[in-house]
Amino acid sequence: MSTDSAPAAQQPDHPAVCAPPPGLLALFLAFARMSLAGFGGVLVFARHAIVDQHRWMTADEFNETFALCHFLPGPNIVNLSMVFGSRLRGIAGGVAAFTGLLLPPTLIMTVLGIIYARFGDVEVLRRILAGISCAAVGLLIAVVFRMMTPLLKRMDVVVLILMLGVFTAIGVFRWPLQAVLLIAIPLSIAVAYAMRRKVAA
Amino acid sequence: MSSQNPIWALISTFGLMSLFAVGGAAAAVPEMHRIAVDVHHWMTDKQFADAYAIAQLSPGPNVLIVTLIGYAVAGIPGALAATLAMCLPTALLAYYVSRLLNRPGQSRWPALIQAALVPLSIGLMAASALILAQSTDRSIAALLLTATVAVIASVSRVNPLWLLLAGGLLGFAGIV
Repeated sequence: MSTDSAPAAQQPDHPAVCAPPPGLLALFLAFARMSLAGFGGVLVFARHAIVDQHRWMTADEFNETFALCHFLPGPNIVNLSMVFGSRLRGIAGGVAAFTGLLLPPTLIMTVLGIIYARFGDVEVLRRILAGISCAAVGLLIAVVFRMMTPLLKRMDVVVLILMLGVFTAIGVFRWPLQAVLLIAIPLSIAVAYAMRRKVAA
Repeated sequence: MSSQNPIWALISTFGLMSLFAVGGAAAAVPEMHRIAVDVHHWMTDKQFADAYAIAQLSPGPNVLIVTLIGYAVAGIPGALAATLAMCLPTALLAYYVSRLLNRPGQSRWPALIQAALVPLSIGLMAASALILAQSTDRSIAALLLTATVAVIASVSRVNPLWLLLAGGLLGFAGIV
């Protein structure tokens, strides 16, 4: 977890040459492993496995691939598995990585769903889950806070208003996501475009 | 609405939702809550908060809260249908876009769009936190636990799993 970007940047004995592309089964197993290790998010484990452990991609290639998956809609890490797998082994590789990432935790989640349906009303379990829920919300607040820090430092008023607007529309008024985003996305892109031109001028 | 096959309702709901889920799974939570609790009455507020907690506590991508929603609606077929509907369309979209963008010279727009989406996805995640907090933090002790975890996770790099387990322990002890 603490082995972040630093060691990947310079590896004197292993230059930027990547390992040969893995087989489909190896892809499936590698994504299954990082998925099952990934409590509370898979990204850290995916980066470690792909860049540091297997050397299937350089750090830069990984960042570029992730940036693409981040700006597209949908669960980022799931998108990443498909894009990454298909870059190595074509569409079959994409499907292998996608299935590896999703199949094992989906099975686990289904079993938990069955257990919850049967025992969800048991008093002790209720109390434990209530405690975990409170902590989970706290974790989410912390993530939001960390992501917000760079925005607060830059003090772009328009950007902050956009953020606050989306928060209010969805969180307080509970408006539908599609309607809010159909207005907010073009608006935000226009703002980003205008700001970039101002910087360039 | 009730005559509709629940599997199709799941597939169309989550397939459409995934295309609007900018900023990943946490940003889509308010919409999941709105659809599952307010629109379709698939779950209660409490059950939704429980599903979120279970998904956080389990391994794998956090988006798999949809598996639990799908299971609550239509059993095992529902769980699989909801998971695939949420994950497959955007993964295929990503596959095609990545092939398209592999040509050089178009690198400016992805960066610009990405920068534009950042404040929106933070706003969405903050909305998730508010909606979930409204259903979980029904007492002062619960509110305090949420606030404490938020502070600890903000200033330290402690593994989130420990904080979740500590929450479970306090719940077990009947404190929150």
